[in-house]
Amino acid sequence: MAFEKISSKIEEFGEIVLLGLKTFKYIFTSKPDISQISYQIVLMGNQSLNIVMITGLFVGMVLAIQTAYTLEEFGAKLYIGEVVAVSMTRELGPALISLLVGGRVGAGITAELGTMNVTEQIDALRSMGADPIKKLVSPRVIAFVISLPLLVLIANAMGVIGGYFISALELDVSGKFYMNHVFRMLKFNDVFSGLGKTLFFAIFVTLIACRNGFRAQGGADGVGRATTATVVYSAITILISNFFLTKLFLIL
Amino acid sequence: MNHFIKCTGIKKAFGLKEVLKGVNLEVEEGKTLVILGGSGSGKSVLLKTIIGLIRPDEGKIYVEGEEVTDYTEKEWFSVRKKISYMFQWGALFDSMTVFDNVAFPLREMRVSESEIEKRVLEKLRILGLIDAGKLFPQDLSGGMKKRVALARSIISEPKCILYDEPTAGLDPITANQINKLIRRMQELLNITSVVVTHDIKSMKYVADRIAFLYDGVINFYGDIIEAQKNGSNVLKEFIMGGEDNGT
Repeated sequence: MAFEKISSKIEEFGEIVLLGLKTFKYIFTSKPDISQISYQIVLMGNQSLNIVMITGLFVGMVLAIQTAYTLEEFGAKLYIGEVVAVSMTRELGPALISLLVGGRVGAGITAELGTMNVTEQIDALRSMGADPIKKLVSPRVIAFVISLPLLVLIANAMGVIGGYFISALELDVSGKFYMNHVFRMLKFNDVFSGLGKTLFFAIFVTLIACRNGFRAQGGADGVGRATTATVVYSAITILISNFFLTKLFLIL
Repeated sequence: MNHFIKCTGIKKAFGLKEVLKGVNLEVEEGKTLVILGGSGSGKSVLLKTIIGLIRPDEGKIYVEGEEVTDYTEKEWFSVRKKISYMFQWGALFDSMTVFDNVAFPLREMRVSESEIEKRVLEKLRILGLIDAGKLFPQDLSGGMKKRVALARSIISEPKCILYDEPTAGLDPITANQINKLIRRMQELLNITSVVVTHDIKSMKYVADRIAFLYDGVINFYGDIIEAQKNGSNVLKEFIMGGEDNGT
């Protein structure tokens, strides 16, 4: 029983890797479907904007309060700007926003492709000589690879703004002083490593979601189970890969 | 006699369930073959196997004399340009309008937009859908969806069309319209057709030949008169039952 479970997980992993290889083959060898990519960017990016801005703002505010509380004991409250900016850009922004938006986008993709699968729309595509990977997966991967880093960048900015409000209004640290410390401490590498990780997260989430959508069977129940699996697998993949990618970007 | 499609010894199992146990079938060019069989007998599986959407476990498939069984997905694309498939519930793309759904196969063939517009409007007119071009599938009735699916199947002017339960779930008047359209396509354009159904009235209207799929194999192959005379008891019962039920 345990062996079967392990072998089925390995099989799933293999399917995702194969799907990834085929998808990148299409991305690099065929003309991109600009209208479909733009449509997906609106769906994934534009419609996630509000939740990303609210999350970024409040995480930045909480971070400022918690940092002030901890650093006050050491008389280092003035370093809030540095802590908020570096924490947001290097770790909290990329990981938190990827988890949040990844769940939302991944669930949406699996539900859509899963419904297409159980209503034979995927078979219809194939029967008309169209490759579902080229038509459905490639534009989604490209769209999320473009959208997710931009969303994280916006969340990072909102986090810094959140920290600014708390510093200026509650912690008696002047706004100008806070912003000076933010820009003095923040390096290109901090932003680069944070955004670099999101490119990988975007690819992982989209491939997991598309694979689960293509495999959904048995009507609404099957689509529901596939969607839940996508949210769980995406979250776990983001958390585990975050560790290794963080190490990788520290080396680079 | 030319065979457009030929299947020999097709076997297909899903897990432990053997659905097709060695199907032998020939579809004559320019004729309409109706595959009869009860629910769950594997009719749709056979149809999808013929067009490469499902891979058989064993057996061989020939299209226009060429063996296509082991074709790669890319190679199948060229076969699917010759054979259209009309899905049971239409399988229309939810995100596209009726016009775009019907135009889809032509866009895949890189036909010019002016030609696409001309051909799509012509087909929509033939099928009484001229005012439905801008509607989405969710705005259509079951009968309209089937007609859109039929328009999409014939738009690329294929040599052969596979119909999966074309009259299922339709009222008798709409079902009759669909039957007439299938017959008309075959007579006007000499299209080879394979119709999967358990609708006896539909079978009688469109069939040149019938094949009865029972217990995973073709239990009978011939014309309707032969079926009524020499068919197995199960087939006779199937036909009579359908007549009794008025289907």
